[in-house]
Amino acid sequence: MKDLFSFHGGVKAASHKSESNQQPIKSSILPHVLTVPLRQHTGSISKPLVKAGDHVLKGQMIGKPDGYMSAAIHAPTSGRVLDIDNKLVPHPSGLLDLCVLIESDGEDRWINRRETVDYKSLHPKKVYNLLRSAGVVGLGGAVVPTAVKLNTSTAIDTLILNGSECGPWITCDDLLMRERASEIISGLHIIVHILQPREVLVSIEDDKPQAISEMEAACSSTSYRVVKIPTRYPSGSVKQLVALLTGREIPINGLPVDIGVQCFNVGTAYAVHRTIEFGEPVISRVVTITGHVNQPQNMEVLFGTPFSHLINQSGGYRYGVDQLIMGGPMMGFAVHDDQVPVIKATNCIFAARVANFTLQYPVRPCIRCGVCVDVCPMNLLPQQLYWYARAKELDRVKDYHLFSCIECGCCSYVCPSHIPLVQYYRYAKSEIWAQEKEKQKADLARRRYRARVARLEHKKQIREAKLQEKAPVLMPNANYNSRDM
Amino acid sequence: MRFIMLNSPHTFSVSESEISVGRTMRRVLYAMVPGSVACIWFFGWGILINISVATVVALGAEAAMLTARGKNLTLYLGDCSAIVTAWLLAISLPQLAPWWITTIGIIFAIVVAKHLYGGLGYNPFNPAMIGYVMLLISFPIEMNAWLIPHCIWQPQAMSLIEVIKATFIGVLPERLSPDAITGATPLSILHNNLELEASVTGMLNSYFPSIFNCSSGWEWMTSGFLAGGLWLVYTRTIDWRIPVGLLGGLIAISTVFYLTDPHYLPPWFHIWSGAPIFGAFFIATDPVTASTTPLGRLIYGVGVGIIIYIIRSFGSYSDGVAFAVLMMNIAAPTIDLYTQPRLFGAGR
Ligand code: SF4
Ligand code: SF4
Repeated sequence: MKDLFSFHGGVKAASHKSESNQQPIKSSILPHVLTVPLRQHTGSISKPLVKAGDHVLKGQMIGKPDGYMSAAIHAPTSGRVLDIDNKLVPHPSGLLDLCVLIESDGEDRWINRRETVDYKSLHPKKVYNLLRSAGVVGLGGAVVPTAVKLNTSTAIDTLILNGSECGPWITCDDLLMRERASEIISGLHIIVHILQPREVLVSIEDDKPQAISEMEAACSSTSYRVVKIPTRYPSGSVKQLVALLTGREIPINGLPVDIGVQCFNVGTAYAVHRTIEFGEPVISRVVTITGHVNQPQNMEVLFGTPFSHLINQSGGYRYGVDQLIMGGPMMGFAVHDDQVPVIKATNCIFAARVANFTLQYPVRPCIRCGVCVDVCPMNLLPQQLYWYARAKELDRVKDYHLFSCIECGCCSYVCPSHIPLVQYYRYAKSEIWAQEKEKQKADLARRRYRARVARLEHKKQIREAKLQEKAPVLMPNANYNSRDM
Repeated sequence: MRFIMLNSPHTFSVSESEISVGRTMRRVLYAMVPGSVACIWFFGWGILINISVATVVALGAEAAMLTARGKNLTLYLGDCSAIVTAWLLAISLPQLAPWWITTIGIIFAIVVAKHLYGGLGYNPFNPAMIGYVMLLISFPIEMNAWLIPHCIWQPQAMSLIEVIKATFIGVLPERLSPDAITGATPLSILHNNLELEASVTGMLNSYFPSIFNCSSGWEWMTSGFLAGGLWLVYTRTIDWRIPVGLLGGLIAISTVFYLTDPHYLPPWFHIWSGAPIFGAFFIATDPVTASTTPLGRLIYGVGVGIIIYIIRSFGSYSDGVAFAVLMMNIAAPTIDLYTQPRLFGAGR
């Protein structure tokens, strides 16, 4: 048994896992039209490779990675490209983004898949490229291209496979570990081969006994260690997880690699396995559909499938649903419309009923009771952040380290006055970003202005010099000046 | 289908929700009961009248201000914060304070010190103490008319009717003259006599009454508030750091002075007489106006304790809890800024 360290704060939230983790992962029915966004990862948007009217096969690349921080996008099924257009995508701000609309032909016909490769004989560069062109990104939610995370010059001391899944209601990783443990570990082998860590830890919260035993069985012939961690939100958050397992803190504004640690989600390891061993790009994922739906469950879903399609297969909404959330209730965000498509970051779709809730628990003033301080995993003072964010004292907000806030929601969760604290932090952050942009613009304008003034001055001098040439009387004076300098 | 757009988290702890502002405030009220009962026992019904007048006026003033500010009455009156302010001030007043003293103090506390600053949560100063200091400065005679302790059955004790008459129309029963019932508190006697360089030990001996004596009312009251305060700490209604800091600071500084020069009052006298116990558990712990970081709360408490000592020993007021709390209220934002917990990832 590994010794665990600890992290400050966190909450023991009602987990609500059993609603959705009682039945096996079900495959979603093929929808008629898939809306596949070209940006499903952190980084730059992929370049479309198809046009309206083209016929595509399942697994065919339809978006090319653009630059280093990018990943490919593939057709989730075979069919005809209807259009490439800006559509509503699941994003906190309700933005439209470029999507490829594919009408399914119902055949679900694969493209010719590459033979399995012996990754051990390949140069790591080759492996990164395979992953990049297969569109493998972190499926825990951050969707950072996996190739970028593997390509590090720092020696990795501890590799963590994150199966903690600390968010309440979400069970997609739990089910994946129960049903596909050996595939996950096979993917982990590939990651280990590239990073060559000294130690490999598989962390799982102790409320998932079945997943733990499956993963332990899959790890039995390896040196990997399955670590049971206490169920305490947000222990699955990278910073808290690393602190818990290694006792080391990722520096402010730093990354895990800065302290020789790297983390991958179990879903990502599974995707790496499918890509390297079967030549399959990432075109689907496991999604938890839960909350106020009649049959909460986990489904294997093709990207581009509308949320409503999954809700219908889960027995439809229960009475009074007025909010739909992507991600769990702690950190997820509300979407405007249930026609938005499932993307690589969609781990959970949560149907909620808030109307009654807000009436029953109205917002009251902050009495500075300090309960929020006790639970903040980043050791911030949420009530001070709130106070100054509300007063729009943005400098003070920075003094209280607003930018260290990971928006985990623990503070709002426990606040006895039910203040939507995180909302204020997001607001303050966006205000500060806007200010900084303004400042940059102003700086640019000032620089331009100065350059213009200098240019005009220069021209004037040239003109004057020409004048002086024409009027030699003035010359000695000018010479005198230049000597004097 | 369109949906409501709200920010995360989309849930909150229902068990924590029970720790509402209202429940916290109600617990503080319960905790004041033992000390108030002791006060009734030794000083008669006066405190009960004060508390009743204060509560009625406070609720009225709160309701008027909430209405004027367009706030939801049921939501905000239900938090009981006005009643807590009322009780804190009422308990701090002399037992036979005339009704208008209580009324003026409460109105000032609720209207000026609380609502004109933005209401609960936005007031930088403890409203009850602002009301108290305003009264102390404006009406020194009424504010220093403290009763001499008597057990409730003793002939000098006044009946409920007599107390009501005294409070509302200022008429004392014929058998009692004002001088016979009021007297200096142990603290003010010592405060005044110290300047005469009288022997501290002698005075202590003559003024420290035996515990089982009807003249030990002050000590019993303090014990009652201590019991209530400890219960608040035990139930985590208040943070232990402020009372510990306050009493620790007061003990520390008074010990230093007492050991270097026995002319100064000993630490146990400082703790046990006057308002430090009541102040430590009930007044300085008002979370809105106190420091809010863990370390800051300790420093805040120590600060209040030290200022109490300085005012008592070198100032012209015999007790200094109210002034000390208000002074530290001013310092609280700065203390908070410099006592932030070590940030995650900031190195050790
Ligand atoms: S928990 Fe809520 S009421 Fe308490 S200090 Fe924090 S923000 Fe204020
Ligand atoms: S949301 Fe930010 S301030 Fe609140 S508990 Fe999480 S890290 Fe702390």
